[in-house]
Amino acid sequence: MTLTAKDVAEILRLLESSSFDSLSLEMNGVKLNLQRGSAAVARDTPLPAPALKNAAETELQPAPAAPRVVKPPSEPGLKDIASPLLGIFYRAPKPGEPPFVEIGAEMEKETVIGIIEVMKLMNSVRAGFDGELVEILVENGALVEYGEVLMRVRPGS
Amino acid sequence: MAIRRILIANRGEIALRVIRTCKKLGIETVLASSEADLDSLPARLANRTVCIGPARPSESYLKVETIVQAALGVQADAIHPGYGFLSERPALARVCEQEGVIFIGPTAAQIEAVGDKLRARAEAEAAGVPTAPGGAVENVNEALVLAREIGPPLLIKAVGGGGGRGMKRVDRLEDLPSAMDLAAAEAGAAFGDARVYLERFVARGRHVEVQILGDGKGRIVHLGERDCSVQRRYQKLIEETPAPGLPTEFRQRIHHAALQFTGRLSYRSAGTVEFLVDLDRDAFYFLEMNARIQVEHPITEAVTGIDIVAEQIAVARGDGLRLQQQNILRDGCAIECRINAEDPARDFHPSPGTVRRADWPSGEGVRVDTHIVSGVRIPPFYDSLMAKIIVHAADRASALERMRQALAATHIEGVATNVAFHQQVLADPEFQQGGVDTSYLPRFLEKRRAVREAHAHG
Repeated sequence: MTLTAKDVAEILRLLESSSFDSLSLEMNGVKLNLQRGSAAVARDTPLPAPALKNAAETELQPAPAAPRVVKPPSEPGLKDIASPLLGIFYRAPKPGEPPFVEIGAEMEKETVIGIIEVMKLMNSVRAGFDGELVEILVENGALVEYGEVLMRVRPGS
Repeated sequence: MAIRRILIANRGEIALRVIRTCKKLGIETVLASSEADLDSLPARLANRTVCIGPARPSESYLKVETIVQAALGVQADAIHPGYGFLSERPALARVCEQEGVIFIGPTAAQIEAVGDKLRARAEAEAAGVPTAPGGAVENVNEALVLAREIGPPLLIKAVGGGGGRGMKRVDRLEDLPSAMDLAAAEAGAAFGDARVYLERFVARGRHVEVQILGDGKGRIVHLGERDCSVQRRYQKLIEETPAPGLPTEFRQRIHHAALQFTGRLSYRSAGTVEFLVDLDRDAFYFLEMNARIQVEHPITEAVTGIDIVAEQIAVARGDGLRLQQQNILRDGCAIECRINAEDPARDFHPSPGTVRRADWPSGEGVRVDTHIVSGVRIPPFYDSLMAKIIVHAADRASALERMRQALAATHIEGVATNVAFHQQVLADPEFQQGGVDTSYLPRFLEKRRAVREAHAHG
């Protein structure tokens, strides 16, 4: 595999939208050095104070609101289990042990579906609905945000 | 230590302010946002936003563990706390220290040293910085002895208070015992600390504060003073630098006192030492220290040309102080008006709601720090600060004129604001003359009320 012109264009676009000023990439004998037009800010000199102009409207152009990317439900009528806390999500009680629940599990409101760790404090997360587990959206050990959809349930009849 | 990514544990204009400097420095920003602020301007301008909890601050912005977990989870090197919320809670600084996350601010021990007002007073005395006559009192008998010594009027202050909270004025010694019982009970309920102390009440005082930056190793520089005497119920409304009409020698003594106080603490990062200037005695007293960046920092930036947030980051990163005192020059005069979503006609009641339209001024010598754009909602859960309009000019008269024009170019629809009220203060001869004391604004409001009533009856 080698870098195509399309790949380079893509990398340029990524650099453009990032906050980095330079990028060095080496793969399969190809070396790519990219440098943004503006010079990097010298580290040992104080920055000038913010310019006397409207902070909100000039200089910083807001990105169009990037809504949290959520995978659409695989079928209509599913209920979301949203995270009650920001923290690290674990699917199993301890590393190496089987997960609390797997796809297809029949769950009740009080069924524990995982643990969220907030600074070494473990908080159980419960299903909140009766029904069958059809989707798991987050990986074990991932940072989950408040309100993030963790799993989806087909409500019991 | 390198800082490549900063978690911002705040909201509103100060979150935006920090993002702005980070962009210039090439540092990535992650905004820790409550559910109510997910669509805010800072949330759209940060490289990433994580939702830390529901709108209520106690369930989001005030949760130390959640904030630090968020920083660890997004692999941020540092946390910028802004002002308010957790900025002066030693707990956040301490957990950061334990977890190896850089806290962009002072050490937990320094926050503690100045957060306890009685201890801060003792620190000031030890540093040779003047304090208002007064001191700690354990019981009513002790209080009476001290009160006779100082003489009324007096202030009973809560050790856990600050920023005008937890204070009681006593005009007659016979009222002291009951006032002290009440003050202790209220302090216990509000701050979980019933300790109080006595201080002379300064009848005519000006609020003058000094911006400092410290490297944490004992070197401190000051960036001049700010006069914040235009206050309503201890809420600052208009700030300016330099403080009008202070003799040079007096001004230098105040600067020096701030350096002495913070030098003794080997203070790290940006901080502000507040003083009360006693106009009747030609003296000044240490009030308190704010161990964080302050709302009104931009007027200091305007006259010095120094980006204070960038300096906070540099110190946090271990670059030390890049500034030499002799190179810090202050040029001209800068004024800030705080634009709040509150209704002066209804006793400054907060007026949250949807901002249908927001036009802010721009132009030479005008800076607006705001997160408010047309169409945003101002949630009822947070303070009412919408924007800070800052002007800079060669002298005070030109700066006042520039502010008048800037306010005239400000149009807000949908929520009540204090923009017109600012114009009235700016038009008042006493304010124009400069050097008003902290009782100026209540007097001005009283005068305005009297005039209105006379009109109503005439």
